[in-house]
Amino acid sequence: MLDAAARQNAVAPVSFWTRLNENRNVLGLWFMLPAAAFLLLFLAYPLGLGIWLSLTDARIGRAGEFIGVENFVWLWGDSVFWLSVFNTLLYTIVASVIKFAIGLYLALLLNNNIAFKAFIRAIVLLPFIVPTVLSAIAFWWIFDSQFSIISWALIELGIIEQNIDFLGTPNNARASVIFANIWRGVPFVAITLLAGLQTVPQSLYEAATIDGASKWAMFRHITYPLLTPIIAVVMTFSVLFTFTDFQLIYAMTRGGPVNATHLMATLSYQRAILGGNLGEGAAISTAMIPFLLSAIMFSWFGLQRRKWQQGESDD
Amino acid sequence: MASVGIHDVRKSFGPVEIIHGVDISIEDGEFVILVGPSGCGKSTLLRMIAGLEKITSGEISIGERVVNQMPPKERDIAMVFQNYALYPHMTVSENMAFSLRLRRTENSIVTERVHIAAEILGLMPLLDRYPRQLSGGQRQRVAMGRAIVRDPQVFLFDEPLSNLDAKLRVQMRTEIKELHQRLRTTTVYVTHDQIEAMTMADKIVVMHDGIVEQIGAPLELYDNPANRFVAGFIGSPAMNFMSGHITGANGSASLRTEGGIDLPLGAGAPAASDGRPAVYGVRPEHFILSDQGAEASVVVVEPTGSEIQVVADMGGDHVVAVFRERHDLKPGQKIHLQPNPELVHLFDSDNGQRL
Repeated sequence: MLDAAARQNAVAPVSFWTRLNENRNVLGLWFMLPAAAFLLLFLAYPLGLGIWLSLTDARIGRAGEFIGVENFVWLWGDSVFWLSVFNTLLYTIVASVIKFAIGLYLALLLNNNIAFKAFIRAIVLLPFIVPTVLSAIAFWWIFDSQFSIISWALIELGIIEQNIDFLGTPNNARASVIFANIWRGVPFVAITLLAGLQTVPQSLYEAATIDGASKWAMFRHITYPLLTPIIAVVMTFSVLFTFTDFQLIYAMTRGGPVNATHLMATLSYQRAILGGNLGEGAAISTAMIPFLLSAIMFSWFGLQRRKWQQGESDD
Repeated sequence: MASVGIHDVRKSFGPVEIIHGVDISIEDGEFVILVGPSGCGKSTLLRMIAGLEKITSGEISIGERVVNQMPPKERDIAMVFQNYALYPHMTVSENMAFSLRLRRTENSIVTERVHIAAEILGLMPLLDRYPRQLSGGQRQRVAMGRAIVRDPQVFLFDEPLSNLDAKLRVQMRTEIKELHQRLRTTTVYVTHDQIEAMTMADKIVVMHDGIVEQIGAPLELYDNPANRFVAGFIGSPAMNFMSGHITGANGSASLRTEGGIDLPLGAGAPAASDGRPAVYGVRPEHFILSDQGAEASVVVVEPTGSEIQVVADMGGDHVVAVFRERHDLKPGQKIHLQPNPELVHLFDSDNGQRL
């Protein structure tokens, strides 16, 4: 009896508030609050607002009314929208595949012992460091219909007779913006894969040398499989960045000629901000979500620890 | 199986020569251990045999073939690395089969040979595991399995036990030796641990600063070290060295240490060397407690159970003595240590060569 009373006495003075504050979980929530608030305010709210707008007929200066999926139904029949979907997919797939190929090749080259290694690695990063708009403007000049340095050089070399109209015809324009995107995106892929390559222990290559592996066999059976987790990360990011690209296109072509280089992001901007149809623009942005989600799902499965990475600790 | 010949091999990294003309001949089926302190060039020499390092000059042959210009895969060797170098994304059996697969060996033969090797090493239950799921000793065994599967002319081991804990190291030592007795494949094994060298080797090559100090059977090196370096390197606890000069003539010669202690020399003492400076070497286990011995005072007593190790001050020199019998010694106690004159060693005080 006495014992129980004493215990009660010991517990009673601690207030509910104090106990709440000392609880590990409650404390954890407190610490999470700033980050959560940040995410809610700057990520979840805009995303939610975007999706809401896509279900309204909002225009600039006029709060919209809920109209259900009418915007999407309208987009379904809009050939320009479908052209932008096609452009975005083409842009993303072609640029990502080439970025991966060149990036991996560069990473393998840079992983060798070459003279001025650090210097060359720094140079490779340059396209990534320059602000996108600046490099886009540089490309705009490089691809200019009259003053293009490429056309000039080819004419001087006697290979062609006339200036190439890089940004003036649909397919040339697509190729040009894809080229610019690749130029800009390769460093990210190359440097990240290089970091991955450097985690592969040298002794594995020595063991493989003794096992009789050729250079190709080493790449195929050692480098590539050990690099797959990093490749999954890099390519997911690369695909996301490319799919949502806006700056490069907007600075170089503004979606032209005749919408041939309009990506979903630029079309959305054009309809929502320039055209004033916020609801419709938001609907185009919202239509990107399924694509992005599938890219994220892909990475989620790609990022899962492979069977050989599981097991006991690294001891 | 094959013999290995190493003839006047040198290795330079840039302007720095780190192996200065090494000659070793390894018989067919022999277990040879290259031992020496770190930086002595033993691993580099092994890697040159493997073909992972270029030979600057000289000649290495495996069997009848000079392999200087031959790529590793044609040398018909297998190597076990210090960190095992198992392919992390392959299972145990895939790791072992890798070299055979590269050579496009038939599936049935690959399976058979992997199973034979796994059987020998007790790896059968682990064949489907990944390296991460194995303990250190198991990984070590897989690394050996990978070597066995190839059925090579020569096994090369590069400090294979240094990543294991002390107990496992002793166990794997026995396993490797047993494996060699069973397979009789020529083996070159690198270690910095002289106990590993003593316990496993048919022949030990002691290296130091890029040269070979001595080659011989373990007990030969222990009993007749060619110089002071080998004498100090082989044996644990290490041999005691005391500088002094020889006094007296043939028969009753002795060495007077710098601390003024007279130590007896056996019949083998060099003739007519009265007054010559020399280094006196005696192994800790070759002392006995005797009234005729030199006086010393006990500094530290370290019992290990099976023996007792005593550090004592003998005329200013610290000497270590090991006794199998149990003596009740206390720090500060005066004792008399008598070296067995037939088992003492005498070295030149300048070049360290045996006298």
